[in-house]
Amino acid sequence: MALASADVLAGLKEIVEEVAGIPAASIELDKNFTEDLEVDSLSMVEVVVACEERFGVKIPDEKVTDLVTVGDAVNFIVNASN
Amino acid sequence: MAIKTRQGSESQILSVGAYRPKRLVPNSDIVDKIDSNDEWIQQRTGIATRRFADETESLLDMACWAAEDALKKAKLTIEDIDTVIVATITFPFQAPSAATALLQRLGNPKAAAFDINAACAGFCYGVSMAHDFVKAGTSKKVLVIGAEKLTDFTNPFDRATAFIFADGAGAVIIGESEEAGIGPVEWGSDADNRDAILMNPAWTDARNYAEQKTVEGIVWPNISQEGQKVFRWAVFSVSKAAKRALDAAGVTVDDLDVFIPHQANLRIIETMAKDMKLPPSVLIADDIKTNGNTSAASIPLAMDALLEKHPEMHGKLALIVGYGAGLVYAGQVVKLPPKP
Repeated sequence: MALASADVLAGLKEIVEEVAGIPAASIELDKNFTEDLEVDSLSMVEVVVACEERFGVKIPDEKVTDLVTVGDAVNFIVNASN
Repeated sequence: MAIKTRQGSESQILSVGAYRPKRLVPNSDIVDKIDSNDEWIQQRTGIATRRFADETESLLDMACWAAEDALKKAKLTIEDIDTVIVATITFPFQAPSAATALLQRLGNPKAAAFDINAACAGFCYGVSMAHDFVKAGTSKKVLVIGAEKLTDFTNPFDRATAFIFADGAGAVIIGESEEAGIGPVEWGSDADNRDAILMNPAWTDARNYAEQKTVEGIVWPNISQEGQKVFRWAVFSVSKAAKRALDAAGVTVDDLDVFIPHQANLRIIETMAKDMKLPPSVLIADDIKTNGNTSAASIPLAMDALLEKHPEMHGKLALIVGYGAGLVYAGQVVKLPPKP
């Protein structure tokens, strides 16, 4: 069964806050990981691996560069869980 | 008729020695060629300086000087050594081995000697083999050296590698002991991702392209790597192997005194430590900050630097883990050598 977008966003906020120290309140769907949130490429790998463990999905290396915004990541995880 | 076999004993690290090239190179000396800056390099890798060997410091020179330092600290001579293992991927001769060249130069041309290629995991592979040789009664005193002159095989214009790799050599002597001083190795590979770190092109291709050689478009075997892929593998697969090495030795993170991972990148080291839930009491080697990534030499160099700074750690429990091109990894719990 697909995960709900709201649940994924809530979980992703916690992960980004934990990995990159960015307050969850400033993490919104339209935020760009690199430019708005200043999550660098290595921190992004940590975020991706934490998402895989938390949501039980696979995010291949070649897909990581497609996850530009928080919304991209939420959509990918929701679709992958379907 | 049954074949007679030998029986050895447990083993331990008797001493560690090091050689660091004289030239200390700050980020400011290399950023122009790669359009980067000191802050970016330090943030991504933790590296502030590294050491580059010059023409008076060949790989063999550095290996010999590190070996002599280890012999001196163990109060041994090269005559006492019956086996030499050199872990390297940058000895510029395909054959004979760096290990035999070292023996000839140090004056004991009779010991068993060979090189191994397990890239940045080479030192831990060597320690595992040395331990097994002693335990099987094959050897009594093994000299294990990690030596690299990576600057010979790094493109100074490559934005992914030029600021990472460096030169140096570290050595340990592994000999017999009553109590176990080296735990079981946890090793393996992820060969499906062997393209993640490469030294390209092949020598045969380099020969064909020799006439096209230019400074910027170097046609010469050079290291390339996919940083994010290596980071992911190192942090989330190798740290699990490192935990298995602790389990295999019957040691918990609370028993551990020191963590000496391959000095690839400070971010990898810190994330591994976090993933392994190492308590703050565990001292973590951070030689990467000042000496860069020296592949097979990085663990013995980091061990030597840590013991120099923290002499109270002699004889304490350390987890060492190497990982690199292959992709291959190896890790084991060791007792750090006694104070010389």
